[in-house]
Amino acid sequence: MKERKIAVIGDPGSVMIFKAIGLDVYYEEQGPMIEKRIHKLADKGYAIIYITEEAAQLVPEAIDYYTTATFPAIIPIPSAKGSLGLGMKKLKGNVEKAVGADILFKEG
Amino acid sequence: MATQVNPTRMELTRLKKRLVTAVRGHKLLKDKRDEMVRQFMLHIRRNHALRLEVEKALQGVSTRFAMAKAQMGALRISEALLYPARAAVYEVGMKNVMSVDVPTITFTGGEEATEIPYAFTFTSSSLDNAVVELSALLPKLLELAEVEKTCNLLADEIEKTRRRVNALEYVMIPEMQTNIKFITMKLAENERASTVRLMKAKDMMAAQEAKAQAERAAKRAV
Repeated sequence: MKERKIAVIGDPGSVMIFKAIGLDVYYEEQGPMIEKRIHKLADKGYAIIYITEEAAQLVPEAIDYYTTATFPAIIPIPSAKGSLGLGMKKLKGNVEKAVGADILFKEG
Repeated sequence: MATQVNPTRMELTRLKKRLVTAVRGHKLLKDKRDEMVRQFMLHIRRNHALRLEVEKALQGVSTRFAMAKAQMGALRISEALLYPARAAVYEVGMKNVMSVDVPTITFTGGEEATEIPYAFTFTSSSLDNAVVELSALLPKLLELAEVEKTCNLLADEIEKTRRRVNALEYVMIPEMQTNIKFITMKLAENERASTVRLMKAKDMMAAQEAKAQAERAAKRAV
């Protein structure tokens, strides 16, 4: 099995702590740099890229580009400033895409 | 009818064969779609629960980390976290769910106490807590990534399959059925036309024959 790694992208305040558990951390806060970083990491064969929701908002195209590929899985996580609801929105989007209507989380 | 078809027997046989294939394909695709939706439902529920849990836990970690940063200063913190204590242990693979390749990411580390990657002299206890909490969260984070990616891929494939099913059900199959009906009717019409023509010809020949006989009989009488 090929060795695949996990990366975290975001501002230092939110993602620095991930270093302590052995993930590769990249500090990027500007749209073009984040995009470049995502493509670079995908080329290197990273399995998962956790990205803060704030950073994810800046590069929707880069994230959509990898939606249909098995790797990498780009997963938005809340930044230090709190959750923007982006992850949940994506989840609901998936339900709507698959079923045709949001039948699971109407209350949310 | 949208397209022009040749009303020939060959075309009819070809269309009938295609219709059988289309109907079978439609049934198979429909079954595939139903099973994928079932799988998707299982995964999306797990995804929802995990995301809620992870987001809440990460916020807790962030708060502690911010506290530690306030107590120690940004420079000290980055110094403390400069060197990772251990590599995260996990295995990455691939699994086939209804012909969709989805990733599997399994946490292979044990439950042992987390190693803190720094000495305790200059660090605050909030940082320790943040690190310990985050380590405990790692298996959940990995599972979230796996489940969320699976949901993404499945949703995409379900959409594609549904389009195919609908195209077959509402466009291809009805169109072929109309074409087959058109050809059968056209062929039957041709058949009738030629029968009628034959009957007409026979009548005309019979009439001619009768006329000739009548003439012969008249001649004999004279």
